[in-house]
Amino acid sequence: MITLVDYHAGNLASVRKAFEYLGCEVEVTEDPEIVRGSRHIVVPGVGHFGATLQLEKSGLREAICESLDHEALFLGICVGMQWMFQGSTEATGIPGLSLFPAMIERFPNTVKSPHVGWNNIEITLGSRLLKGVPDQSFVYYTHSYRAPIVPGTVAKTNYGADFSGIVERDNLFGAQFHPEKSGPAGLAILKNFAELAC
Amino acid sequence: MLTKRIIACLDCDAGRVVKGVKFVNIRDAGDPAELAALHASNGADEIVLLDITATHEKRKTLVETVRRTARQLFVPFTVGGGIRSLDDASAIFDAGADKITINSAAVADPSLITCIAERFGSQAVIIAIDARRTAVVPSENSSSVIPSEDRANRPRSELRPAVSEVEGDLPFPAEVYVSGGRKPTGHNALDWAREAESRGAGEVMLTSMDRDGTRAGFDCELTAAVVNAVSIPVIASGGAGSPDHFVDVFREGRADAALAASIFHFGLESIGELKQHLQRAGVPMRWPV
Repeated sequence: MITLVDYHAGNLASVRKAFEYLGCEVEVTEDPEIVRGSRHIVVPGVGHFGATLQLEKSGLREAICESLDHEALFLGICVGMQWMFQGSTEATGIPGLSLFPAMIERFPNTVKSPHVGWNNIEITLGSRLLKGVPDQSFVYYTHSYRAPIVPGTVAKTNYGADFSGIVERDNLFGAQFHPEKSGPAGLAILKNFAELAC
Repeated sequence: MLTKRIIACLDCDAGRVVKGVKFVNIRDAGDPAELAALHASNGADEIVLLDITATHEKRKTLVETVRRTARQLFVPFTVGGGIRSLDDASAIFDAGADKITINSAAVADPSLITCIAERFGSQAVIIAIDARRTAVVPSENSSSVIPSEDRANRPRSELRPAVSEVEGDLPFPAEVYVSGGRKPTGHNALDWAREAESRGAGEVMLTSMDRDGTRAGFDCELTAAVVNAVSIPVIASGGAGSPDHFVDVFREGRADAALAASIFHFGLESIGELKQHLQRAGVPMRWPV
């Protein structure tokens, strides 16, 4: 069972249907109690980092942190991945989970922002999430803010400079791109996540 | 490297793809779900489904068509045509679309852009602009702008000053048309693109009405002017007739993506051939997929 956390930031239909296509049961919820009992938690997200304030207010943040302490598997997508960092210059004052030690920042002025479209990932470290995914696979991005390279970066993408495409550590996984929109490579990533034993 | 996108467009009427031709190895060439999946597996970077259904009654099929098409589609999926409100957009997103395009409704009420962007994110809102460039022709007394038959009868207050003599970026100003290209609005395309961006649109889908259907090539000059005017991605549409036209619109037009509306004329396998042609010409492509 995949628990898809609904915090009213954008559209969950695409992530849901991708997991369902892979044969997973998906529960969409905004109920912290359901999140507390979950073993596979997915936090998607599009748009503004400020939307994560809703996770704080609703008690979902606390529930997610408790589940992570009990080693639930966690996948953050796009803003959901950014939320795993300390915070973002897009909405200063709203803390992230600080699972990875860096701030999310806007792309430099030297490149057009937002970064929209298919770009390739360079796999830099062995990764459970990327099992069977070829190096240099193309994935679909749409974002204006990005995470720098950190010790947990397992795949990077270059746009203006290198940034984190995927971060991974123990039970924690984050993808800046949209695996649910990234063709076969993206589906393979979601399948890897769904199949990881807790 | 960020690649340029080739977007396959399906025009649908009452849930059926129109303008298609007969292909071998396809069970049902009119089924949008089947065609979308085929285009995606052949290399399309994105799929656009444009609802051209004329009657309100038949429109009801759209949500179901989107749901069926989205079910097995794992590349970005955009739906446009007849979206007039946040509720219309919500129903399309719930059915599995990733982005919507709005055109006439946004011109009538620009706050609709912000309204949808605040709920679903800017990346989900594409402003579709149908633009026609008006040629300045000499007359006895002064220059006049054509076509102008509609504009002449409208109160001056309705005409925004920007579609005018003072258009710095283009030799001929481009005017926004709505209602499927039937109604001139008096809005200048570059100004409208800028305004749509400031109101929260995430991409521009620019159709050159002068080139649409001509197969004479994209309007690269117009495309480049819009690319200059905004910082969001611009999807060029209208006029594609050969693979070299795509090379031109990416190089000279500096488009971020190009809509292959007439890809049907090239045959289904040709998205791959088109992408290989572009790759050989030095345009970064997602290929092989």
